[in-house]
Amino acid sequence: MDIRTITRAFLAKFFQNLDLQDDQDIFAMGFVNSLFAMQLVLFVESEFGISVENEDLDIDNFKSINAIVNLVERKAETHIGA
Amino acid sequence: MSNQIVGVVGAGVMGIGVAHCLAQAGHRVILLDTSDDILKHARAEIIKNMRLQRLFQKAKDQESIDNVVERITFTTDYAPFADVDFVIENVTEKWEIKKKVHVQLDAICPAHCVFAVNTSAISITRVAGVTKRAAQVIGMHFMNPVPMKPLVEVIRGYHTSEATIATAKALLASMDKECVVVNDMPGFVSNRVLMLTVNEAVFLVQDQVATAAEVDKIFKSCFGHKMGPLETADLIGLDTILYSIEMLYESYNDSKYRPCPLLKKMVDAGLHGRKNGQGFYSYQ
Repeated sequence: MDIRTITRAFLAKFFQNLDLQDDQDIFAMGFVNSLFAMQLVLFVESEFGISVENEDLDIDNFKSINAIVNLVERKAETHIGA
Repeated sequence: MSNQIVGVVGAGVMGIGVAHCLAQAGHRVILLDTSDDILKHARAEIIKNMRLQRLFQKAKDQESIDNVVERITFTTDYAPFADVDFVIENVTEKWEIKKKVHVQLDAICPAHCVFAVNTSAISITRVAGVTKRAAQVIGMHFMNPVPMKPLVEVIRGYHTSEATIATAKALLASMDKECVVVNDMPGFVSNRVLMLTVNEAVFLVQDQVATAAEVDKIFKSCFGHKMGPLETADLIGLDTILYSIEMLYESYNDSKYRPCPLLKKMVDAGLHGRKNGQGFYSYQ
């Protein structure tokens, strides 16, 4: 499965009965809290084997499916490049 | 205030938050609790909370979380307290436990060290009485979650000196916290008013004047409160609310603090609020 499908499947557990769009801001919708935000960070780290460092700990990197995919791809590139 | 060595006793929810803020302010912290397991958990929680804080922070801290956590020494031993300038004690709100800790601290900490008692209930004057430094004992009632709350209720015990108040204010200012200094009476300001308000709100539900949601809505919409009294009660824990109102009742022997029978019944039934999924609201 690709990053997008895995992310979508994870979010679907929290947003049942909702067809989440790739660019939809999940925090702007108002029914997720800070605890969920941290779960999301931990999910991205464990699922894709990346480490979200200080400079990437920004809610903008986690606000939509697109944002998460971008972050994971960027981190994976850095990892290969390093 | 130049960076100091601050001892933090108790690595529960409050101690963790206090250690987090102190380390972030640049102070060296000695965090003490009774077991390595508790300390291991505390370290993980502090890192988690710092990450969470940065996630929502617009102006980023430049220093890495690893560096900040590095300033905290986790220990089960009182020996490092021989070098601390200030102690913030956050142990369980039970008199016997607080008393034992302060006697131990008094024996080991340097003469200039100030003791701050983090409490919402225990008399500061009484704690000061078990030490030989009553003028250097002060109360600091931190609010939860500590890193998010800008204000601390500071309590002046009977013997607390002006110099001690100034030292405490400076330390809090370094943590970006404001304070209001109040005198020592059971419940101080915050809990004396809050617990009575919550208790009366429970009476309203018991007497079927309004539902919990209606009571809360009136407070939120009419008075601009972020949360109503019954949502607040669920957040704090109904068992804690009952314990606090009983403590006020015992302290003042005034019937206005009698706990509402519905509150007692809910606690007996195991409805403790958010922490176990059911209080005035359901959290499942």
